[in-house]
Amino acid sequence: MTDQNKPSNKTCIHCGDDCGKHPIIWEDKAFCCNGCQTVYQLLHSNQLGQYYEIEKVPGIKIDLPEPEASEKFDFLDLPEIKEKLLDFSDGGISKVRFFIPGIHCASCIWLLENLHSLHRAVIQSSVNFPKKEVSITFKDAQISLRQLVEMLASIHYVPEINPKDQSETKASKTTRTLLLKVGIAGFSFLNAMIYHFPQYLPGANELESGFRQLFGWLSFGLSIPVLFYCASDYFLSAWKSLKQKIISIDLPIALGLITLFTQSTIDIVSHTGIGYFDSLTGLVFFLLIGKWYQGITYEALTFERNYKSYFPVAVTKLGETGKETIPIEQLKAGDRILVRNQELIPADATIVSGQANIDYSFVTGESIPVSKQTGDFVFAGGRQAGSAIELLVQKEVEQSYLTQLWNQNPEKADDEPKLSGIINKVSQYFTIIIISIALAAAIYWQFTNSSKAIFAFTSVLIIACPCALALTIPFTFGSTMRQFGRKGFYLKNADVIEKLYRTTTVVFDKTGTITHAQSSRVQFEGKLLKPEQIAMIRSLCKHSSHPLSKTLFSQLEEGDLFEVTDFTELPSLGISGTVNGIKINMGSRFFVTGQKDGQKELKTQVWVFIETKVLGHFQFENNYREGLKETIDELEQHYDLHLISGDNESERANLLPLFKDHARLNFNQSPTDKLAYIKNLQANGKSTLMIGDGLNDAGALMESKVGLVIADNIYNFTPACDAILQAGKFGQLDRFLRFTRTSMTIVKLSFAISFLYNIVGISFAVSGNLSPIIAAILMPLSSVTVVAFATFSVRLSAAKSML
Amino acid sequence: MSVLFVLVIIGILVAAVFLIAFIWAVRSGQFDDTYTPSIRILFDDHISSDTTDEPQEKLKSKPKST
Repeated sequence: MTDQNKPSNKTCIHCGDDCGKHPIIWEDKAFCCNGCQTVYQLLHSNQLGQYYEIEKVPGIKIDLPEPEASEKFDFLDLPEIKEKLLDFSDGGISKVRFFIPGIHCASCIWLLENLHSLHRAVIQSSVNFPKKEVSITFKDAQISLRQLVEMLASIHYVPEINPKDQSETKASKTTRTLLLKVGIAGFSFLNAMIYHFPQYLPGANELESGFRQLFGWLSFGLSIPVLFYCASDYFLSAWKSLKQKIISIDLPIALGLITLFTQSTIDIVSHTGIGYFDSLTGLVFFLLIGKWYQGITYEALTFERNYKSYFPVAVTKLGETGKETIPIEQLKAGDRILVRNQELIPADATIVSGQANIDYSFVTGESIPVSKQTGDFVFAGGRQAGSAIELLVQKEVEQSYLTQLWNQNPEKADDEPKLSGIINKVSQYFTIIIISIALAAAIYWQFTNSSKAIFAFTSVLIIACPCALALTIPFTFGSTMRQFGRKGFYLKNADVIEKLYRTTTVVFDKTGTITHAQSSRVQFEGKLLKPEQIAMIRSLCKHSSHPLSKTLFSQLEEGDLFEVTDFTELPSLGISGTVNGIKINMGSRFFVTGQKDGQKELKTQVWVFIETKVLGHFQFENNYREGLKETIDELEQHYDLHLISGDNESERANLLPLFKDHARLNFNQSPTDKLAYIKNLQANGKSTLMIGDGLNDAGALMESKVGLVIADNIYNFTPACDAILQAGKFGQLDRFLRFTRTSMTIVKLSFAISFLYNIVGISFAVSGNLSPIIAAILMPLSSVTVVAFATFSVRLSAAKSML
Repeated sequence: MSVLFVLVIIGILVAAVFLIAFIWAVRSGQFDDTYTPSIRILFDDHISSDTTDEPQEKLKSKPKST
């Protein structure tokens, strides 16, 4: 497009959006909307203009005008809510942390760390960028929590306010502990190596025995914290699984560690040598490194949200005395509440008064709002679009339909995955074989040279300690997760890769998953519209905030806009106005044509009346994601594909060619039906991957082996799941799934390598020749080889398969 | 040769100091966010050192200092 056509079109200096034909000009700068201009003005008047220099167009645009914003954060004045949110409050100074999904660039960090220039009461603020979190210390006598939030909202950094999440602080504590363990193990390993090194040199026997004693006892001291602190998890989990009669990979590790330690201690006490403490500490160090490498987390993403983080913290209750803000836990059945524009319905309720126009996009993925009349029942989870409505609460939050579904099986995790993993299958055989070899060697030496019997037995256990084996999975899957993360596919943990590999059946949700959540295809049925008529329709639509009008406005061909007079919007009916002196009505069939709906129309329609007659109607159809057909075709070769949709059958004809089989297309499925469908599949031995997006999939996502959520904005709310896929990457889903198979092959090859090392090591051990130097070389070498092989081959194959 | 005994002990003590420093750093949360500080260091210390606001800044600060 040339500049000639659109001379006045500039990009907004704040957010970088196109300003359209009529930009708002302030101090010679162009803005796309009043919101952006206000922020710019505010920052400039506070000498914060540098915000616009660190990065180009750093600002955040907020589309929705918020006329009732003054009441929006009322609940932050409630003491019980304040107490929950504040990290610390004493002597007039408070500290709070906010999750702000809008944080995205260096300018954001700069601005949020300079909040004190906007308000003097802010003492200090610091941003944690990976977590998208800002922590603010402020004087609460001069600025209330509510004012602080309103200030953040005024510069368009709207915090997402949730009661403090306990699990989150716990998670950061475990990473800290792991780091500490790695550090201590590394320290001990390196120092122990120094003390052991002289023993490995030729002429080590010449060393004064006093030195040998000193070095021995020093390494003994160094290995104590390693064994009892750093490696404690391995003993614990080995013990735990033993109690459940399971042989896990941790058992041979624990056995090896104990044998190493006892054998070495005996060596020192009996003055025969200084033992294997270097191997012992090195082993633990490598194992912990593996654990740390595998444990990468996407800190700003949350995979385990409970319903509390979705619903608001407080609601406006209408009491006899008037409006009152109460925490959501205090909401009871029978309460009357007020739900304003863009607020969530917190509990199942009936409408008392007001025009309800409810957007269930978080629930179903369908963005076109549903209008409801007084007396109608509404489910919790919808978002009101339009003026405020009054509701009578029917059920408490915990008992609402969706929350119940959500809570049905809160923890499916952690009980079974440990059993099924390939590593544990391998380790079962491994442990049994190693112990038999050790026994066989001991028995053999008992008859030939009984002094060597015990030594041979312990040697086998020492050298066979499956360090390399245990590192295979963390490094292969850890690298795979990193590759996936770089491409917009985020996994909750490394176990998910193996579960994806075992998937036999893929179940899709329709709306918002394989279709675009925000845009739909618009078709006009009726007499062909003239360009002038299209321009008139667009002009009228521009005045309405209804999502259908917005879609029409953006989908219809661009052109000049006309002035509209007598604009009226009749909720749940339509809009009308006069353009160029010509009357236009648009909206439901009943509103435009006067006819009652004869038969229930399956598709969303907007009827148009211009001047004297009805011209026809716009039809809204789902817009399928790019690459859907290719992805489905590809997936079909390996998986059973199913579709479960909460929608009606209108799309059956379009989807049949893709899914081939009628039986696999299921429409009109309620959230509980979806859950039951998955349960049924899994009861028949299918390992399912559920792909969904909304709250109505929450039950199915949790029930399936792997729940995958497709999100347009990954930092927005997503139901609890195992993986999050960026919506734009939908077309690569088959490649991701295929890559899990490559990962698995790499795991198996790495297993082979570590077995080879073990065979070499055990041949030394059974012949009674395992000296500390062989252990000191062989054990780290095998670990390093496996780690290098796993990481490099994952990288190479990822590059090869163009992931 | 017996000086080696002393040196070895000194060696481990020095190493222990670093270990303690590491433990302190982890405990105080210095490894919690390893990304943001890398950006923070690039910012100018004082706000409004940028060109557009310089005159205003000078006006503001002068009366205070004199």
